[in-house]
Amino acid sequence: MKVLVPVKRVVDHNVKIRVKADGSGVDLANVKMSMNPFDEIAIEEAVRLKEAGTADEVIAVSVGPAQAQDVLRTALAMGADRAILITVDGAVEPLAVAKLLKGVVATEEPGLVILGKQAIDDDCNQTGQMLSALLGWSQATFASEIVLAGGKAKVTREVDGGLQAIEVALPAIVTADLRLNEPRYASLPNIMKAKKKPLDSKTPEDFGVTVAPRLSVLRVEEPAARTAGIKVGSVAELLDKLKTEAGVI
Amino acid sequence: MRFGLSDEQEMIVSTVRSFVENEIYPHEALVEKTGEVPQEVAQEIKQKVIDLGFYASNFPESVGGPGLSHLEFALVERELGRGSMALTHFFGRPQNILMACQGEQIEKYLMPAVRGERMDALAMTEPDAGSDVRGMKCTATRDGGDWVINGSKHFISGADHADFFIVFVATGVDETPKGPKKRITCFLVDRGTPGFEVAKGYNSVSHRGYKNCILYFDNCRLSDAQVLGEVDGGFAVMNEWLYATRITVATMSVGRARRVFDHAVQYAAERKQFGQSIGKFQGVSFQIADMITEIDAADYLTLASAWRLDEGLPANREIASAKVYASEMLARVTDAALQIHGGMGLMDELPIERFWRDARVERIWDGTSEIQRHIISREIFRPLGA
Repeated sequence: MKVLVPVKRVVDHNVKIRVKADGSGVDLANVKMSMNPFDEIAIEEAVRLKEAGTADEVIAVSVGPAQAQDVLRTALAMGADRAILITVDGAVEPLAVAKLLKGVVATEEPGLVILGKQAIDDDCNQTGQMLSALLGWSQATFASEIVLAGGKAKVTREVDGGLQAIEVALPAIVTADLRLNEPRYASLPNIMKAKKKPLDSKTPEDFGVTVAPRLSVLRVEEPAARTAGIKVGSVAELLDKLKTEAGVI
Repeated sequence: MRFGLSDEQEMIVSTVRSFVENEIYPHEALVEKTGEVPQEVAQEIKQKVIDLGFYASNFPESVGGPGLSHLEFALVERELGRGSMALTHFFGRPQNILMACQGEQIEKYLMPAVRGERMDALAMTEPDAGSDVRGMKCTATRDGGDWVINGSKHFISGADHADFFIVFVATGVDETPKGPKKRITCFLVDRGTPGFEVAKGYNSVSHRGYKNCILYFDNCRLSDAQVLGEVDGGFAVMNEWLYATRITVATMSVGRARRVFDHAVQYAAERKQFGQSIGKFQGVSFQIADMITEIDAADYLTLASAWRLDEGLPANREIASAKVYASEMLARVTDAALQIHGGMGLMDELPIERFWRDARVERIWDGTSEIQRHIISREIFRPLGA
């Protein structure tokens, strides 16, 4: 069985982002970019499936600028077997990505697609669900455990208030939550091997998909800074403030 | 001329850096407080590094190492320099000089060291022989077919965890027109050899937990099989294999300086006095500007000397320049970072005082700044016969 893992190049999670002065977006000049952390978890899971003998091949795919090669090389160094880069300059929305991924699924015919539950840049949390709808495949989102057996995937989902266990028929779409696993470091032999692994380049035209945005960004602004807290002298004063000022009790 | 790193090199850097941040930093406070690396922590770090294929990353593929270039290994060391030496010691990098092993020595010392089964320590310095290596008083004399060693060594880093030692001792004296000159031989000495004792060393202000020990040899009997290289050929193996390792202090100083710099920038951006970030005051911002300029200069100087080694170009002078500049840069950078932190910089609540203390030794070990300047100027004047 092949496992397909889409990965996105995003601003590194350690970077303190800054909104551009004209409010048109986030300043990406000279900013460190990395693989979306949830996608790293997805790659890790796929590689573990391969190591366990459940999967035969792990294919990483990215939709993004030419520099997204870097995150694909990281995926290869973590243990993916080959990679596909669909080059798109500029913003690309979840629906367009899902359509492109549908095209990749049509040619690669994976038994399972594992995605990060969301990307940490736009926090859309849509691509996996949209891909599931386009393909007509089952979806199991926010996975914290995946067990494959008998053509089915038993997935534990992290939902509000607890864990939900579901079973979906393969092929299926699974999106990875934070606690699914702890991604490995790329080993030195795998880093050296990564360059020799195949990395195919494609364009949206190859899949007959137009990626023109359907949404327009009006303005991006920083969240309001938190105001300083206050100290209260007694429990009675606290209760009073919660009642009269905060209005929560 | 290209200054960028390849994809592989970028990945090596990011892997080692994340390893240091995730596997080394969390243990640093404990090591600093107790002066000890708990055995299970040491073992855990070592095992993870072995699993990642980074153990003995300074060794060629022919003996089971990864076969990195000098430049790539310098990048590994640079990132390791960020972390506590007491802990990164277990990101094992055995002495390259073990490549001089021959015959049975290969299976007994070289291969187990590369596999992480046995750890080594290098012993050269003596109380009366620091920079003046030939002044060593530790001697080996012939007795029957054996060698008998007497004397002591001190400042032996990593000796507390070493299973065997690479020891340089005097095995004779040559009369030369410039006066008597000692002949040196290198020996492999197993821990536990009768007549050989590893004793607790001094407490150093730098690199707490990265211990130095004292070695005592009292009629310690060794066979010819323990000679590394040729008898009286100690300087030959030293020059062949220890030449390139002098770059280590430079690379590690650069890595450490970058970590210290990040602390200083963060603090200068957040700390407010007189109604604004202190980084907005020119007195602080210019210090930051000088720090990053010097760090970059040291980084390029160091990587360029590693590159020269890869190209087979003479690098003796360049390595010495990198060592003296990077270690002195680190002194200035840690001092400025401490100044920016003000009083808090001196308190053990923050790691700044530790970085400042640690930096001091870099100008001393592996050839003092003065010895490096001697090497540099000698290389310049020698062709002129001066």
